[in-house]
Amino acid sequence: MALPEVKQTATEARLAALSLPTGGCLEAGRRAALARVQEMGLPGARDEYWKYTRPETLVQAAAPEASVFDDGEVAMFNEFDRLQVVFVDGVFDAEASDDLSLEGVTIERLSDLSAKDLHWAKDLYGVLEARGQNPVERPLAALNTAFATDGVVVHVTGKPSKPINLVYKHAETASDAILHHVIKVDSGAEATILENGPAASRFNKAMEIDVADGGSLHLIRAQGRDHERRAATHLFARLGKESVFKAFTLTVNGVLTRNEAVVEFLGDDAVAHIAGACVGDGDFHHDDTVFITHDAVNCESRQVFKKVLRNGATGVFQGKILVKEGAQKTDGYQISQSLLLDDDSQFLAKPELEIYADDVACSHGSTSGAIDEEGLFYLRSRGVPLAEATDLMTLAFLAEAIEEIEDTDLGTALIERLTGWLARRR
Amino acid sequence: MLEIKNLHVKLEDEDKAILKGLDLKVEAGKVHAIMGPNGSGKSTLSYVLSGRDGYEVTDGSATLDGEDLLELEAEERAALGIFLAFQYPVEIPGVGNMTFLRTAVNAQRKARGEEELSATDFLKEVRAKAKSLKIDADMLKRPVNVGFSGGEKKRNEILQMAMLEPKMCILDETDSGLDVDAMKLVSEGVNALRDEGRGFLVITHYQRLLDHIKPDVVHILANGRIVKTGGPELALEVENNGYADILAEVE
Ligand SMILES: Nc1ncnc2c1ncn2[C@@H]1O[C@H](COP(=O)(O)OP(=O)(O)OP(=O)(O)O)[C@@H](O)[C@H]1O
Ligand SMILES: [Mg+2]
Repeated sequence: MALPEVKQTATEARLAALSLPTGGCLEAGRRAALARVQEMGLPGARDEYWKYTRPETLVQAAAPEASVFDDGEVAMFNEFDRLQVVFVDGVFDAEASDDLSLEGVTIERLSDLSAKDLHWAKDLYGVLEARGQNPVERPLAALNTAFATDGVVVHVTGKPSKPINLVYKHAETASDAILHHVIKVDSGAEATILENGPAASRFNKAMEIDVADGGSLHLIRAQGRDHERRAATHLFARLGKESVFKAFTLTVNGVLTRNEAVVEFLGDDAVAHIAGACVGDGDFHHDDTVFITHDAVNCESRQVFKKVLRNGATGVFQGKILVKEGAQKTDGYQISQSLLLDDDSQFLAKPELEIYADDVACSHGSTSGAIDEEGLFYLRSRGVPLAEATDLMTLAFLAEAIEEIEDTDLGTALIERLTGWLARRR
Repeated sequence: MLEIKNLHVKLEDEDKAILKGLDLKVEAGKVHAIMGPNGSGKSTLSYVLSGRDGYEVTDGSATLDGEDLLELEAEERAALGIFLAFQYPVEIPGVGNMTFLRTAVNAQRKARGEEELSATDFLKEVRAKAKSLKIDADMLKRPVNVGFSGGEKKRNEILQMAMLEPKMCILDETDSGLDVDAMKLVSEGVNALRDEGRGFLVITHYQRLLDHIKPDVVHILANGRIVKTGGPELALEVENNGYADILAEVE
C-alpha cells in the first residue's frame, strides 16, 4: 500500500540526508531495515501511536539546534568503579574511553564490525528490532538499524566485576547522533550497563538485548540535563528461561524524549522490570511507551513510571501488557503516576492490557494528582520552607520508581543527584 | 508570650464563622489547658496559630513575644517557636522519619541564623529522645507516620517537639488514642520540656491528661470564644458535670 503523500515526502527527505554504512556482516541487516522504513514511512502527526507526542522534530532531515548545557558537576556515576565507553555527539572518543577489555565480557565497537565477516552480532542486529515492529510499527528504530554510525556490541559471558558505562556527551549545537547497541548475555551470565548524558542535539538510540536462560542484565540510565535536547530511544529485549532484565531511566530536562521499551518473554519463569522517573519543567515533553509480550509461563513483568511535571510540562505514558495464549501464571503489573505541581502541566496515559490466557494476575493503574497539601502544611509547620517541602514531597514521590533499581548504592547515588538538582532549581 | 486578642476567624471558602472574638494570653513558663465541646473551635485555633491555609482572620490579632503571627508563613512561625502537635498527625509516604526530623531541625536553625547540626550530633540526640519515648529505631526509619498506630503517631509528635525545642507548644488532643502507659510517657516528655521560657497550650477533653501535665490555668472554649477561665479545679468540674452547667451559667 502506498504511503500517504505527506509521510512519503517526510520519509524521503529524512532518508536523503543519511547514508547507509556499507560493507561487513551487518550490511544485509541494514538494507532490510531500510526497506522496512521505506515501507512503513517515518512517524507522522496522524499516527495513532504518536497521538500524544509530536514526531516531526524527531523525523525532520536536520536536527533542531540544542544548546550545550554544562553544569560543571562531576560526571554521573563518578563514584563507582566502571568501564567507560565515551561517545561525543555519537562519535566514539577513544581517548576518553577506557580500555575495552574486561573479564567476563567482550566489548567491541559496532563500526569495527563492518570489516568482519563472521560475527554473532549479525544474528541479532536488527533482528529484535524487526520482531518489535509487530504488532506496532516503530519506524525510528528501523531507521536506526539502517543508519547507525556506531555503538557497542557487548557479549557477556561471565560476571564482569564492574559495570559498563556508556557515556554520551553533547558538544555541537546541531548534532544528530544515531547509535545502536547489541547486548548478548549468555546463560548464567550477569552484567550491569550504565548510560548517561544527553548524547547530541538529537539522539536516536536503539539497544537490542538478548538474555539467555538464567542470565541477567541491569540497565540504569540517566538522560542528560540539556534543556533543548531531543531523543528517541528504543530498547528491545528478548528474555530466556529464568532470566532477569531490569531497566531504570531517570530523565530530567530535555525538550522532547520518547523512550520505547519492547520486551518479549520467550522462556518460562523470567522477570522483567521497566521503571522510570522524570522531572519536567516548562516545554519539557516526555513519553514512555512500553510494550511487554508474555509468551511463556510464570513470568513476571513490572512497569513503574513516575513523573513530576510543572510549568506546563507534559508527560505521556503508553504501556501495554500482551499475554499470549498459553502464557499462564503471568504476573503483570503496571503503574504510571504523575505529580502535577500546577494546573498548566498535563499527564496523558494510555494503559492497556490484552490477555489471551485464563490463569493470570495482571493489574494496571494510572493516576495524576496534585501535591498533598496536608503533607505540605505538616512539613512547613515544622519549619521546612515551602520550596524545600515541595522538593521533599517530589523526591518521595519519585523514590518509589527509583527503588526499583536493585543496586541500592546506584539508587542512592541517583537520589542524591536528583536532590542536588532540585535544590539548585529553587 | 502568646497573646490573642478578639480573634475572629471564618472559613475561607464558606461563610462560616468559627472563632468569634477569642481572647487568650499564655505566659512563658505556664501551662494553659483548653477544654470545650466538640466543634467549638479548638483545633481551628491551633491551625490558625500555626498558619494553615483555608481560614480567614476577619478581626483581632495573635502575637508571639510581640511579633504578629498572622502575617507569617507557617515555616516562619515554626522558626519563631510555634509548634503544633496535631490532633491527626499527617502521613507522608516516601519521606523517612529521620530525614524529616533532620530537615526540620536544620531548616529552623538556618532560619534563625544558627549552624546546622552535624549528622552525628543529630543522631545522638534523636536516639536519646526517641528512647525516652519508647520509639524504636524501626519507627525512625519508616516513612513519616505511615503505618504508625494512633499512639505511635502521638509519640512521634512529642519526639518532634523535643527535637525542635519550640517556645510555644500547642498540643491538640495529644492524649487521644494513647494507652495508660503511653499517656505517662508522653506526659513525661512534655513535663521534661517545661521551663521558664516555654509556654504550653494543651487542648484536651479529659482531666486524666491534666493529672500528669498539671495546668496553671484552664479555659473553656465554647462556640468560638473562651467562656470561662479558672484553675485546675475547672477541669475537674467538667469531668464530673460536663459542659451544660458552665454553658448555662455563661448565657
Ligand atoms: N475546613 C473546614 N470545613 C468545614 N467546616 C470546618 C472546617 N474546619 C472546621 N470546620 C468546622 O468548624 C467547627 C470547629 O471545628 P474544630 O475542628 O476547630 O473543632 P474542635 O473544637 O477541635 O472539635 P473536636 O473536639 O471535635 O476536635 C466545626 O463545626 C467544624 O465542622
Ligand atoms: Mg479538634
